[in-house]
Amino acid sequence: MAKVPKPNELVFDYNPPQKWWMDTKPEFRPGTWCYPGKAKNAEVLGLPNPREWSPLDEDWKLPSNWKEIIFEGMRDCLNKYRSLRVFMDICVRCGACSDKCHFYIGSGDPKNMPVLRGELLRSVYRKDFTLAGKIMGRIAGARELNEEVVKEWFYYFFQCTECRRCSVFCPYGIDTAEITIMGRELLNLLGVNIDWVLGPAANCYLNGNHLGIQPHAFKDMIEFFVEEIEAVNGIRIEPTFNRKGAEVLFITPSGDVFADPGTYTLMGYLMLFHEIGLDYTWSTYASEGGNFGLFTNHDTMKKLNAKMYAEAERLGVKYIIGGECGHMWRVIQQYMDTMNGPADFLEVPRSPITGTVFDNAKSTKMIHIVEFTADLIRNGKLKLDPSRNDHLRVTYHDSCNPARAMGFFDEPRYVIKNVCNNFWDMPPNCIREQTFCCGSGSGLNTDEFMEMRMRGGLPRANAVKHVHDKHGVNMLSCICAIDRAVLPPLMDYWVPDVDVTGVHELVGNAIVMEGETERTTDLRGNPLEGMEDMSDEDL
Amino acid sequence: MGIKFSLLSVIALMAAVFVGVKVAGLHYFFGVVVPYAALATFLVGFIYRVLLWARSPVPFNITTTSGQQQSLPWVKQNKLDNPSTTAGTIGRMALEVLFFRSLFRNTKYEYHEGPKLRYQWEKWLWIFGLLFHYSFLVIFLRHLRFFAEPVPGFVHSLEGLDGMLQVGLPGLYITNLIFIAAVTFLFLRRVVVPQVRYISLPSDYFPLFLLFFLGVTGIIMRYFSKVDVVKVKELALGIVTFNPVVPSGIGVLFYMHFFLLCVLLAYFPFSKLMHLGGVFLSPTRNMPNDPRMRRHVNPWNYPVKVHTYEEYEDDFREKMIEAGLPVEKESK
Repeated sequence: MAKVPKPNELVFDYNPPQKWWMDTKPEFRPGTWCYPGKAKNAEVLGLPNPREWSPLDEDWKLPSNWKEIIFEGMRDCLNKYRSLRVFMDICVRCGACSDKCHFYIGSGDPKNMPVLRGELLRSVYRKDFTLAGKIMGRIAGARELNEEVVKEWFYYFFQCTECRRCSVFCPYGIDTAEITIMGRELLNLLGVNIDWVLGPAANCYLNGNHLGIQPHAFKDMIEFFVEEIEAVNGIRIEPTFNRKGAEVLFITPSGDVFADPGTYTLMGYLMLFHEIGLDYTWSTYASEGGNFGLFTNHDTMKKLNAKMYAEAERLGVKYIIGGECGHMWRVIQQYMDTMNGPADFLEVPRSPITGTVFDNAKSTKMIHIVEFTADLIRNGKLKLDPSRNDHLRVTYHDSCNPARAMGFFDEPRYVIKNVCNNFWDMPPNCIREQTFCCGSGSGLNTDEFMEMRMRGGLPRANAVKHVHDKHGVNMLSCICAIDRAVLPPLMDYWVPDVDVTGVHELVGNAIVMEGETERTTDLRGNPLEGMEDMSDEDL
Repeated sequence: MGIKFSLLSVIALMAAVFVGVKVAGLHYFFGVVVPYAALATFLVGFIYRVLLWARSPVPFNITTTSGQQQSLPWVKQNKLDNPSTTAGTIGRMALEVLFFRSLFRNTKYEYHEGPKLRYQWEKWLWIFGLLFHYSFLVIFLRHLRFFAEPVPGFVHSLEGLDGMLQVGLPGLYITNLIFIAAVTFLFLRRVVVPQVRYISLPSDYFPLFLLFFLGVTGIIMRYFSKVDVVKVKELALGIVTFNPVVPSGIGVLFYMHFFLLCVLLAYFPFSKLMHLGGVFLSPTRNMPNDPRMRRHVNPWNYPVKVHTYEEYEDDFREKMIEAGLPVEKESK
């Protein structure tokens, strides 16, 4: 594992190198690349060319006809995706995207400018698929495909978190996430991928979730949180699993089951559903909201996502509620119904508590828990005591995918403002559709990539620091499980004293439950404001 | 890279015209053959490229949402930056195409010690981009006076508006100044900003030089060398009515100007200039954000191998029974 430099040891140099970009090669320095995909995981997923290999080796053990594979793969993608065709042809290199990428801001590496990330692929496209490129070569911005290019693709397509911030600023809507997705699709044809994506995807395929939690353990873990909740307010919750005939299937990323602080968010879900008496079930088979297939290739994404509808149909539920997760919602919003729908066996979601019909999800039949909760609050169905979050001074990180693939901005803010008294937004260039990535999305949330994660997370952290210094913000809320896993180390690195929470943890703190004992602590066991002495006595 | 190469290419093109017309007397070639060939290349090439794009399907609705979505009835939707209807999408596209909406968001990033990051106001690219495109459009429309008889009324109005400064004789057109200024800005920006220079290709400089000299030759003809516009119009009308004539006595400068236009047209379909057509087909902008409301159909959607619940239960049945989880079958 690479030693991570201290914040003051990081150098930021934005001067482009002397050599032109076609003549520079990436340096596989520890901390800037992720470990390669293991053969056993590739085999589980049926991916090509499973083998043990290392990016540090000269020989990447590519298939002997690898050039042909890339050429055919690229042709296939061009014929399947208009996005790719158009994006390959129309970039004018105006550079509006260049300083919008958190990895460029954090690294100064010009190939992390979205425009050059695109050129990495475009240059090969020109050589093989355009007349000008074939004849004029470099002058037309074309270059020969060779192993060095594949290595460069690996380096930079796994230094993009597919956050789509650049796409907001592009005058033609060129979406670098789409280019990275195609790049990874091609790389996977050669068996070039990273294990932090492949491992979770393989786990999810066999066990139902990225972390490989088996059914009995999944149930155990959730029951552990039931006890935790009972310790906080004396309420005993009885969640059900794989129950046929429930009205709602609830699916959330397994990260929330596994590790702090996501687990507190999960406690919030349990408390909310119990309090409103929702007839719902968990599933151990569809126990993953996230989808690392999105970071692998199209087929893997579809494979993993198929479980949601399949399980909803098997259990006979009416509709699905999804938990707080970022890329999960990209898949649900923009891919699921198309890939694995239509979900004719489900009904248009209707809140049994408020009667609200969610017409915005009338085809997909899956709603976001935050919109569900916002509707409950709006209709006065929850008894809330926001003062229980008074010890927190909160800001909100718009997670990339709900932001730029949905436009999910006001719902979470509405919920937060109803459960918290102290809320400040970060500056406008850093929130909503212009939100900065955590720096660890799209399967790059692995420890060996820590230096790049800290660099890429700098723009987000810097905006948090701004509200921390100005308003004393000490809690960063978000609606993404990867965020909840990666923002704590990012905050420790750049803005110590700021903690990370999911929105439903804040809801769980504030919700006044029927028959509960007086709370002295929040869900984390920290004393509530004015209760510092009480909890001491308890101890 | 490629500044010199691009500049020299454009100069070579003009030199070729000079030699061709002055020395070899190829008036018919440059006045008739090349324009027809260029126009044909442009039309066929443009249509071919657009059809090529259109032939690939849009398998998923991948709208980039740049504002609040349509959600619960009491949440105010941003209907132009995140439309959910066809009308809203047309509005979004109109803003994009006519006013460069996305580019308007542009900011400039600055690094300060600390580190402290700042995002500054940066609308120059947007301003000069707009100025360039609109002045070019006006100049293009003004030129219709050479290609139509009688000259359409709106061309006269446009000329009147464009020449309202009433400076010099023939009257100075504002768009001529703006056009040259904007092209110069776009070029200087590419050269001066190190990052933009680093990403620039010959195919970025070449059209700028082409446009610059196209403008310069036009300006010289209008204000200084005073080309014989009656003869130019005779040639232009001949081309559009398919009765090509080459009147004698048109200066070589005109042939240079005309040839640069022809090169621009012929080069267009093979270059980044196709963003003119591409912006309309960009899937992140031209679809309503409604995939949860209306199912988007992927024409090549094929089945993939999945790990079914039955297989999953077979893997874990005993553990599930022991944990009290319901199962479909008590044994395999």
